Amino acid sequence: MNRRNFVKLAGLGGVVFTSGLARGAGTYGSSQDEFFFVQLSDTHWGFQGPAVNPDAAGTLPKAIAAVNALETQPDFVVFTGDLTHTTDDPRERRRRLAEFRDLARGLKNPNVRFMPGEHDAALDDGAAYRELFGPTHYAFDHKGVHFIALDNVSDRAARIGEEQLGWLKADLEKRKRDERIVVLAHRPLFPLYPQWDWATRDGEQALELLMPYRNVVVFYGHIHQEHHYKTGHIEHHSAKSLIFPLPAPGSMPKREPIKWDPAQPYRGLGYREVEAEAGPVAYRITELPVIKA
Amino acid sequence: MRIAARKFVYLPQEVTLKKGVPVVLEFTAEDVVMGFNAPDFNVRADIVPGQPARVRFTPDKLGEFTYLCDIFCGDGHERMTGLLRVVA
Repeated sequence: MNRRNFVKLAGLGGVVFTSGLARGAGTYGSSQDEFFFVQLSDTHWGFQGPAVNPDAAGTLPKAIAAVNALETQPDFVVFTGDLTHTTDDPRERRRRLAEFRDLARGLKNPNVRFMPGEHDAALDDGAAYRELFGPTHYAFDHKGVHFIALDNVSDRAARIGEEQLGWLKADLEKRKRDERIVVLAHRPLFPLYPQWDWATRDGEQALELLMPYRNVVVFYGHIHQEHHYKTGHIEHHSAKSLIFPLPAPGSMPKREPIKWDPAQPYRGLGYREVEAEAGPVAYRITELPVIKA
Repeated sequence: MRIAARKFVYLPQEVTLKKGVPVVLEFTAEDVVMGFNAPDFNVRADIVPGQPARVRFTPDKLGEFTYLCDIFCGDGHERMTGLLRVVA
């Protein structure tokens, strides 16, 4: 990796890059173990609220166009939940999920992974989501990194649940203790701010299972802002939303969306690139806006 | 003290308690399963329609504390909060 400006995160081993990447067009990385992926989150397709996003129907297409315009395409793209905004109407839920799926097909990169958020899955235990996108939790390997997508949203009470925890345990038992593991989730696995429901009821059990593994990092969404935290040696990085930002944890009396600023449209929204490096193990994050200034 | 939970409000929304005085809050749900969670006092309960849920605790600090529904209950779920006001 070269020619990038970055800032060290206080207290964290990771780094966050603040500038664009100095990549040439074409294939990324000089090593088989280097790659990058793009994380988009909390697109809330179907949301209506002109005061917080008067371009609710245009923001996701703009983000997809921005990803398509990247000089180098990522190895894959992942959406970490709340693809759609919730609705009590099962038919409308399916309609929104189908529209979202069709929009996501506009990504130039065919390697797209999806995950549900509670807005997609909590009211029907993930039934509509599974019909259109498949399993709500799964694992896959990519260039030496083991990815685990956890579902902490289909249960209305924000539990991962005994069955999935058992699946996670069995999956981890096949890993070496120094294997590179990336966990993808929607909600934070640690109790970031339970007063705003920013937690997973049994997230501690998942973290206990992950703790013996030395190279674990979590990328998640849900809180509509960038946030970085460590539990033990495990880093947790939340992503921005693509519909509206939310205030910093506990900074306001209520968890209300931050209003749209016509002077700075799309402020607080965005997506990220994550570069995975093998030696030494590192994940370098670049936050990108919906619209380039 | 009784609190009713329904889509997507608690009634009453604000409850005043006394610091150091044990309290029992009794919740009823009118339509779907709801939750009551007051993280600042480490108390929570599931509220199932037809089955009043009771939580007992002693407020040990002064101030205003948010409680919330922590069972995703519909499209107004994220607005479903209340306030515990603890006075001397």
